[in-house]
Amino acid sequence: MNIVKVSQLTKVYQIGKDKPPLRAVDGIDFAVREGEVFGFLGPNGAGKTTTIRMLTGLARPTAGNASVMGLDLATDGTRIKKKIGVVPEASNLYDELSAFDNLVFAMQLYGVTRAECQAHAEELLARFRLSEKRDALFAKLSRGMKRALTIAAALAHRPPLIFLDEPTTGLDVMSARNLRQMIAGLRKEGVTVFLTTHYLEEAERLCDRIAIIVKGRLVALDTVENLKSAAQSKTVVEMTLADANNQVETKRVEGENVEAAARAALAQTDGRRVLAINTLRPTLEDVFVKLTGLSADVMLAEKGGKSLS
Amino acid sequence: MLADDLRGIFYIGLKDLRAYYLKPPNISWGILFPFAFVLAFAIRNPGDLRALVPGLIALTLLFGTSSMEAIVIAFERRIGSLERLFLAPVSLPALLAGKLLGGMVFGLTVTLVVLVIALGVFGAASVNWLLLALAILLSAAAFSALGAFVSVAVKEVFEAQTLANFIRFPMMFLGGVFVPVDSMPFALQVIARVLPLTYAVEALRAALVGGVQVDAVFDLLALGLFAAVFFGLAVNRLARLLD
Repeated sequence: MNIVKVSQLTKVYQIGKDKPPLRAVDGIDFAVREGEVFGFLGPNGAGKTTTIRMLTGLARPTAGNASVMGLDLATDGTRIKKKIGVVPEASNLYDELSAFDNLVFAMQLYGVTRAECQAHAEELLARFRLSEKRDALFAKLSRGMKRALTIAAALAHRPPLIFLDEPTTGLDVMSARNLRQMIAGLRKEGVTVFLTTHYLEEAERLCDRIAIIVKGRLVALDTVENLKSAAQSKTVVEMTLADANNQVETKRVEGENVEAAARAALAQTDGRRVLAINTLRPTLEDVFVKLTGLSADVMLAEKGGKSLS
Repeated sequence: MLADDLRGIFYIGLKDLRAYYLKPPNISWGILFPFAFVLAFAIRNPGDLRALVPGLIALTLLFGTSSMEAIVIAFERRIGSLERLFLAPVSLPALLAGKLLGGMVFGLTVTLVVLVIALGVFGAASVNWLLLALAILLSAAAFSALGAFVSVAVKEVFEAQTLANFIRFPMMFLGGVFVPVDSMPFALQVIARVLPLTYAVEALRAALVGGVQVDAVFDLLALGLFAAVFFGLAVNRLARLLD
């Protein structure tokens, strides 16, 4: 079942009298299936955040339509808001309230009963390893803790669909790893996750399907495996060779299939010993480069990010 | 939908009171500021101090309701937390009403303190309590809505403070707080008639020291109209943030 359905969704901004209008999102179509982690990738300014803003009611589409859980975005905005959680790129809870009070307020707006608010807030703090910071002001938390609490607040009213906009940007390695585990945990609970990230490895690890958007247009949408297969027209094998003096060389050889590539590789040993021979699978990065024509580094450079490790 | 909106109004107002308003500096400033102005005027022009009480109450309402109100929305917009309210299942008018509620409750609280002191000193024998309650409530609504409109009309907190002061300070001297509007030059009287503070002072004067009650009803209607217009303009402006 499709939990989000988007048809010809378009957003045009008038950015100045003398400048042409900017088509931030240009007639995109896609659907998000219930229970999946749906990755939405693209370089900075591609239209990822604008798409999320339209789907969550923070921006009005210029054209096209969308539905969330069968509800029309144009007419059922308030009912949709009850069923979604949103984590924006910047953690935006209230500095002046404690971690606990922020969670309680997030639930109160959705009509969660007083008794349930208290119990569920404690439960969320424990789950996100923030129980010790229960009474600390949001302003006093570390960046990773703020991120975790912002995600907890988005989940506070138990939405079946959550939008995560660059959730691990700017986090240290451990905090980012913890958050990725949390996102993986959400899928196990049946929560549908709409994830934007500029970390291609993160998307590859977490997402069931990935859409790639460039300059407001979708250029690909499929499972990670299918995207990789489509990106690789030939099979590549990598062979490591050693000569009599133990000088090591690595060679990559292409073939129509694994057998042909391996045979072609073994024909190029020149009498050297074969230390290893492996098939090479394309990465999501290869897919991204092929589909967008951009360097994969552009994703990290634009956000000032670091690669995962 | 109505239940969602009523719940939203209550909890947004409560959150604002806890997060921004009910801090000792705000409370002391809200009470001391109008006293300081009136005292300064009374020292310069000693006379019937009782006549200054309606102006004192009106000033307390103006500054108590609008001081934080005028910056809260701009502040939350700046740090991104206003989006949390946009994402909640609450209509825009209800969101703004929640914001107004916080400002009104704070303004009414500090006004109550000032009112009790003033009535304790000058006596409450001639007070029209119903008129007083309506005048205070409608003034608080008008000034809080004015503050909200200022807050959504600008992008930055310092701009909101500047604009709020640009409106409030001239209004303080033209609104009949220190000098009766009728004794001003005609041009200033015309300006005074488009200021909500003028109607607040007149309604409060009628309630506290007696006055023509028909005029007081007109003052109350004017205050209600100001509240509705500022509220409508602020909602309209807020909606444009979602374009």
